[in-house]
Amino acid sequence: MSIEVRGITKRFGDFVALDDFNVLLPSGQLTALLGPSGGGKSTLLRIIAGLDRADAGSVSIEGVDATGLPAQKRDVGFVFQHYAVFKHLTVAKNVAFGLEIRAHGGLRPPWAAQRRADRARIDRRVAELLELVHLSQFADRLPSQLSGGQRQRMALARALAVEPKVLLLDEPFGALDAKVRKELREWLRRLHDEVHVTTVFVTHDQEEALEVADEIVVINDGRVEQIGTPDRLYDEPANDFVMGFLGDVTRVNGQLVRPHDIDISRVPLLAGAVEGTVARLLRVGFEVRATVLTDDGEEVLVQLTRTHARAVGLEEGVTVWLTPVTGAATVPALPSMRSAG
Amino acid sequence: MTSVLTAPAVEPPAASPRGRRRARRSPRSAPRSTLTRGSALGLGIAMVWFSLLVLIPLTAVVATAGEGGWDRYLSVLRNDQTWAAVTLTVGQALLVTALNVVVGTVIAWVLVRDRFWGKAALDVVIDVPFALPTIVAGLVLLSLYGPNSPLGVHWAFTEHAVTLALAFVTLPFVVRTVQPVLEELEVDVEEAAASLGARRGTILRRILLPSLAPAIAAGAALSFARAISEYGSLVLLSGNRPYETEVVSVRVLTFIENGNTASAAALASVMLAIALVVIVALDLVQRRVARRG
Repeated sequence: MSIEVRGITKRFGDFVALDDFNVLLPSGQLTALLGPSGGGKSTLLRIIAGLDRADAGSVSIEGVDATGLPAQKRDVGFVFQHYAVFKHLTVAKNVAFGLEIRAHGGLRPPWAAQRRADRARIDRRVAELLELVHLSQFADRLPSQLSGGQRQRMALARALAVEPKVLLLDEPFGALDAKVRKELREWLRRLHDEVHVTTVFVTHDQEEALEVADEIVVINDGRVEQIGTPDRLYDEPANDFVMGFLGDVTRVNGQLVRPHDIDISRVPLLAGAVEGTVARLLRVGFEVRATVLTDDGEEVLVQLTRTHARAVGLEEGVTVWLTPVTGAATVPALPSMRSAG
Repeated sequence: MTSVLTAPAVEPPAASPRGRRRARRSPRSAPRSTLTRGSALGLGIAMVWFSLLVLIPLTAVVATAGEGGWDRYLSVLRNDQTWAAVTLTVGQALLVTALNVVVGTVIAWVLVRDRFWGKAALDVVIDVPFALPTIVAGLVLLSLYGPNSPLGVHWAFTEHAVTLALAFVTLPFVVRTVQPVLEELEVDVEEAAASLGARRGTILRRILLPSLAPAIAAGAALSFARAISEYGSLVLLSGNRPYETEVVSVRVLTFIENGNTASAAALASVMLAIALVVIVALDLVQRRVARRG
């Protein structure tokens, strides 16, 4: 087990960010901590990195108890949402920072032979890393001359430079625009396949977690809601919260179900089908979203492809019958549904 | 005299945070004029104003001093009493500036990064030396460190009196220049350095100081300029004893009172040169520190 978090509690005044929190994050994997803002996931990441202290509990990294260790000694790479670049240093110098500190702490005189050897080694390593993050041609630029995505890649190279035991990313793509975010997300996945360092990243974007992570830890209100692979979480959500957070949900017959998991037809084919009328049809690109008012007064959202909608013959005002498709993920709808996605 | 010496000294450091960026720009993108008609008018007004207040009077002083040629300068500086005043003033100004660089940065740090009871009050009180008429500042210091000192510290009419008065009036400069820059610094930059293995001292030296250097240098330049030109707060406390506690501004006044305007102008232009040298030196140091890391 790479990162073991046991009984972590953290309060900020009256607010309980983490409440007796336990989780095991496996080695070599890319794990996402997913949850709504203020759910405690960033706090957990900062506690693992040693940037915040927990009020109670322990953290061990690769079998070493790190609870009392300062951030400097945890051997952890950390990437911040707002890049945290060293503005006065060039890209290459930014990346070299951790290596230089480890090599000589800046205390050896410049003419010492050892320092020259270190310099050569560091320069080689920096060149490798810049190659890895595709920033070689920007080595001598200042961070202010880079775009957001480039800055974050630089920050990633800087964190990877010291070969940390674990790499922690706090909403790494949160400050980027949608297109760059998507590119970087795919790029992070490929990078992880290349580097294989145990990586934990925090996100509130379920699509990001589903696309990138090997495993997802869903966190809400300072507690774990569910841990599992993206498929498992999507197909077998443990509760209504996980179901609602990982994708759109709608309510049919007292069950929560995904809008694309509803079978719609103009004749009552299956027993237990719910009857209703199409109140509204909305076409968005390839998909059609139908709002169906059932006879019980429920408003059900159904998603289907345009071809399918045409085949069924959907039109506003027609009567239809709805059933969740066989094998669809369903969760009993509680009277007090916590989230509807 | 005081204002004449202070005003030009203020100018270069105020522009220095931007100067830092300018220094890094590649030679290809050398500054090109971006003047539109409106900004040309603005520049014109600024130049007229600056000329009337600073440039022309200063030139007049230098011209007056220059009439006597180099001999005039030499004879003024060769006068032992004047030389003593110059060394005392410059020495004390440098000492107080060094003190301000350290203490001012610490105070700014405390005001920005720490939370404590009475912080808002302290933040306001820092400006008191700006607000008090300098002669009142002298009076305040005299009551605490003068002959009837309740503390038993009898520093009046000694060199310490000069240090004390200068430290009092220049206290806010570094604090006020460093404070806003420190507020802009993101804490996560320090955290990033820490997680890369940098200790507190290394973070201070390699991350914080380079970012703060332009502000500290600007504050130091203001503080030095104010210190070498100070008059009001000193006269009561130092007693103006020749060879011991007499500063340049007092010496200049003596020259003027004796009708020796030429000597006064010569001494003033010497001080102007010293101020320029120190400010340029500060800017060079600042640029070095800001680029290091």
